[in-house]
Amino acid sequence: MTAMAWEFLTVYWREMIRFVRFRTQLLSSLLQPALWMAFFGVAMSSNFNRFTSAIPAPAGIVPVDYLTFMAAGVIAMTTLFTSLFGGISLLFDKNWGLMREMLASPMPRTHIMLGVSLSGMTKSFIQVAIIMAFGLLLGVEFFPGFSATQIALSVLGIFVFVGVFSLGFLLFSSTISMRLESPEGLQGIITLLTLPLFFVSNALYPIQAFPPLLQALSIYNPLTHLVSGVRYFALGNDFFAVGARYSYTTTDVLVSFGYLAVFAAVMYLLARRTFEKAVVT
Amino acid sequence: MEEDNIIEVRDLEHTFNGFAAVRGISFTVRRGEIFSFLGPNGAGKSTTINILTTLLPLQKGTVRVAGYDVAREPGRVRESIGIVFQDDVLDRDLTVRETMEFHGRLYAIPRDERRRRIDDLLRVVELGSKRDERTKNLSGGMKRRLQIARGLMTRPEVLFLDEPTQGLDPQTRMRMWEYIRQVNGAGTTIFLTTHYMDEADMLSDRISIIDHGKIVVSGTPGELKNTLGEDVVYLETADDMKARESLRGVGEIQSITESPRGLSITISADGSHCLPRIVDAVRGAGIGISSVNLKKPTMDDVFVYYTGRELRDEGA
Repeated sequence: MTAMAWEFLTVYWREMIRFVRFRTQLLSSLLQPALWMAFFGVAMSSNFNRFTSAIPAPAGIVPVDYLTFMAAGVIAMTTLFTSLFGGISLLFDKNWGLMREMLASPMPRTHIMLGVSLSGMTKSFIQVAIIMAFGLLLGVEFFPGFSATQIALSVLGIFVFVGVFSLGFLLFSSTISMRLESPEGLQGIITLLTLPLFFVSNALYPIQAFPPLLQALSIYNPLTHLVSGVRYFALGNDFFAVGARYSYTTTDVLVSFGYLAVFAAVMYLLARRTFEKAVVT
Repeated sequence: MEEDNIIEVRDLEHTFNGFAAVRGISFTVRRGEIFSFLGPNGAGKSTTINILTTLLPLQKGTVRVAGYDVAREPGRVRESIGIVFQDDVLDRDLTVRETMEFHGRLYAIPRDERRRRIDDLLRVVELGSKRDERTKNLSGGMKRRLQIARGLMTRPEVLFLDEPTQGLDPQTRMRMWEYIRQVNGAGTTIFLTTHYMDEADMLSDRISIIDHGKIVVSGTPGELKNTLGEDVVYLETADDMKARESLRGVGEIQSITESPRGLSITISADGSHCLPRIVDAVRGAGIGISSVNLKKPTMDDVFVYYTGRELRDEGA
């Protein structure tokens, strides 16, 4: 076939119908990030602000309160969770026999994972938008002193980072789902992964104070790069938070983006291999 | 490949972890026929269908479906076939229309054409009024009909029907047979598996029975039943001894055995044609007949004869 194949949009369409119709899934995915912000965020920020008020921000550098600082972390964390779980619909497809309909159709198999990934990405975008809107209500001060154009570009930048990050983890999740038999197995792997990924990162606190080993590890953690990207776009290239100064050069941000893009590309190759060899009967 | 054969399987073998599920089978399905593939559980039936529908990779042998080699051109094969899976493979949360829509889009059928076919097919399977119903709310028969409609959406050359009437009530089964005949009448070759021997007998042009990974017999339903041997006429008369004498002249009779319940007459030809002459001969000798019974071998008999087993319900 010479024509561009768009069948992945069919898979995407069905995934989104499912997303909207599974009321509990829809509701929990929309509420979960808001709850993190409302409870963990507010509770932690009153504590952190107390500790860190002893260290004044250097002159001329924008001070950022903890709630605003961790809002970027919540964006990253939510994207991580949603993406890691994104492949689960493939597991259900497999277990309920629905996968056979797709595998026996002429649609290229890579489109199954592309459709599922695109829908997972959409869900993350919706969640991120909710976090940003809800954050405003709670007093998160994103985009300090930005012009309207800068805000628009920054939102775009955040979405690009979220998109490429979620793509990588969605493809990873799809690969695992295709190789596993049970949702419990996926659950176990996700739990095992989220703890180190989440806590060995700069999502909730600065990594500057980590022991050297954890600090080294955190640099290879894709979540760290997502958080850096989000903070760069949301808070600017030079700010002060939780007793540490953050300054990002354009190169830093491009490196972070490049790292996430390479991660996504590797996951794509892995997933494609898995899908092309998949036997589901 | 012969023009008339839409499916050609030659020396097909398939092994799972050292277990030979299919051990060198060959068969052909002719264009336009209803072909039944029968076998007990674990005989290699599902494995064969999965290879024919490209869900399992070909290990050994050659398989051509609709003129394409399943190993070399699986995409072409997929475009040429429709499948109705054994269990209800429906997304519970999609509506009837969406289920069809999804399938049509998987096969990249253009939108207008897709909508037209959905309308037509839903009318044929009498689900037009259910188009916005979610599939989880459909009855068993409706679900199966929807799957048939879905399988036909791509106008396949071959439609694979895996246990299409399993678990359906008798009326619904008979309706399904009508649909299957209708589809076949419109030119689609049907590849059928079933656990119901009456169904295979009634619908099929030809049947192959597989057991232990090998095809044990193939033929038309009539041929298969005839290979089992002869029809038997059971006769009760006023005087069995005399009746027996009177039947000497009927050529097709192979043997007669007497029992307290009457005579069992084994016939070498078609019993239904021979029966009137038997009756005439006995009556002609002035002997009264109190009961006549003709027994022909059934597909059940054929199945048990060749596999040594009764078919059990796989889903049970």
